[in-house]
Amino acid sequence: MTPGRSSVRPLTPAFVRTVWMVLRKDLTVEMRSGEIAYTTLFFAASCVLIFAFALVREGRAPAGGAAGILWIAILFAGTLALGRAFERERQAETLRALLLAPVPRPAIYVGKLLGIVALLAATEVVLLPLVDFLFTARLFAHPFWLTGLVITCTIGLAAVGTLFAAMLVRARSRDMLLPVLLYPVVVPVIIAGVQGTTALLQPAFDATVVRFWLLLLVTFDVVFVVLALWTFEAVMSD
Amino acid sequence: MPKWFTPAAILCGLMFVVSPVLIARAPDESAMGMVYKIYYYHMPSAWMFLLAPLVCGVSSALFLVRGLAKDDRRAWAAAELTVLFGALTLITGPLWARRAWGTWWVWDARLTSSLVGWMIGWAYLILRRYGGPGSDKLAAGVALFGAVNVPFIFISVNYWRTIHPPTTVVPKLPVSMGVPLWFCVTAFLLLFVLLMTMRLRLEQTRTRLDALYVALDE
Repeated sequence: MTPGRSSVRPLTPAFVRTVWMVLRKDLTVEMRSGEIAYTTLFFAASCVLIFAFALVREGRAPAGGAAGILWIAILFAGTLALGRAFERERQAETLRALLLAPVPRPAIYVGKLLGIVALLAATEVVLLPLVDFLFTARLFAHPFWLTGLVITCTIGLAAVGTLFAAMLVRARSRDMLLPVLLYPVVVPVIIAGVQGTTALLQPAFDATVVRFWLLLLVTFDVVFVVLALWTFEAVMSD
Repeated sequence: MPKWFTPAAILCGLMFVVSPVLIARAPDESAMGMVYKIYYYHMPSAWMFLLAPLVCGVSSALFLVRGLAKDDRRAWAAAELTVLFGALTLITGPLWARRAWGTWWVWDARLTSSLVGWMIGWAYLILRRYGGPGSDKLAAGVALFGAVNVPFIFISVNYWRTIHPPTTVVPKLPVSMGVPLWFCVTAFLLLFVLLMTMRLRLEQTRTRLDALYVALDE
C-alpha cells in the first residue's frame, strides 16, 4: 500500500472513523491549549469593535452595515485560524505524519475541515450577539434562516480555506499568500452570505430572497467541497 | 517557433488593422448609436477571458494527474492570458458602460464574477512568483477554482437581474453586425493562440537552458 493512500472508500465506517480521529485530535489539542479559539475570538471581536468605533454615530449604525461587518470579521478571523491551525501542524511535522498514515487523504481533509468549521462556529456564537448588540441589527429575528446561512457560509469559507492552508504549509511567504489566494475564491461565498443576511435584516422579510441565497450557498459548498476533496488528494501527494 | 507561426502572426496583425474599418462600416445600434461599437473588441476579449481560465484549469488538472511539465507550462501561460484578456475586458466594459448605463461599474453578478475571475488569475501568478519550490502544484489547485468560476460568469447574466446584455444577444445579431463581430472573434482567437505558443516556447527554452546550466555544473 502506498503511504497515505488506502482502499477505504468515502463514507464507509473506516472513512468516518478516520475523519473522527483527525477531528478529535484537533479538538483535543485546541481544548487543552485554547490558543486558536481564544486568539481568533479576540481578533474577531476586535474587528467588530473597530468597525463599531468607526461607523456607529450617536448610537446609530449605518443601514445595512451589520451583515457586511459580520462576514468581514468572520473572514478575517477565519484566515487567522486557518493559518495558525496549519502552522501548528508544520512546526511539529505532524502534517507529514498524517499524510504518511495509511488512511484516505480525503478523510484527513474532511477531519481538518470539520475542525476549522467547529472553531469558526465557536467564534460565531460570540460574534453574532456582539454584532446584533453593537449595530442594533435584530439578527436573531429569524433564527432558523440565520443558522442556515451561517452554517453554509462557514462551510464554504472553510472548505476552500482548509485546502489552501494545507497546500501552503510548505510554501514560502505562506502567511501572505493565504489571504491572496483565499479571498478571490471565497468572494462569491461572502457575497451570498452578506446578501442573505441583509435580506434577513429587512423590515419586510422575504423568505424567497433568503432561500435563494441559501440555495446558492449550498451549491457553492457542494462544488467547493467536491473540488477540494479531489485537489487535496492530488496536491498533497509529495 | 513552428512554421505556421510567422504567417499566422502576419495574418493576425492584418486582421487587427482591418477590423476598425469593418467596425466603422457596421451599422449604428438603434438605442446607443455608435457607442456600442466597443462591443466588437469587448466581447471577443471577454470570450478569450473565459477561454483562458478553462485552458488553465484543464491543463492544471492534467498536470496534477500526469505530472507532466508541459501541462504546467500551458497552465501558466493560460493564467497570464487570463490576466491580459481580463484586463482588456475590464477596461473596454466600463468604457461602454459609462455611455450606455451612465456609470462605469455596477456590482452585478456578471461584472463581479468577472472581477473575481481576474483576481484568481492574479492570485495564480502571485503564487507562482512568490510561492517558492512546489508552487506549481499549489497553483494548479488554485487554477481549478478559477475554471469553476467560468460557467458562473457565463450564465450569471441569464439568472440574475442585471443591466448587462444576456448571452442570447449574439445569435440574434443581424448579418451586418455579425460579420465584423465574428471577424474580431477570429482575430482575438488567433492572438490568443499566438501568445500562448510564444509563451510556451519561451518556457521550453528556459527549461532547456536550465538543464544545460545543470549539465555544465556537473
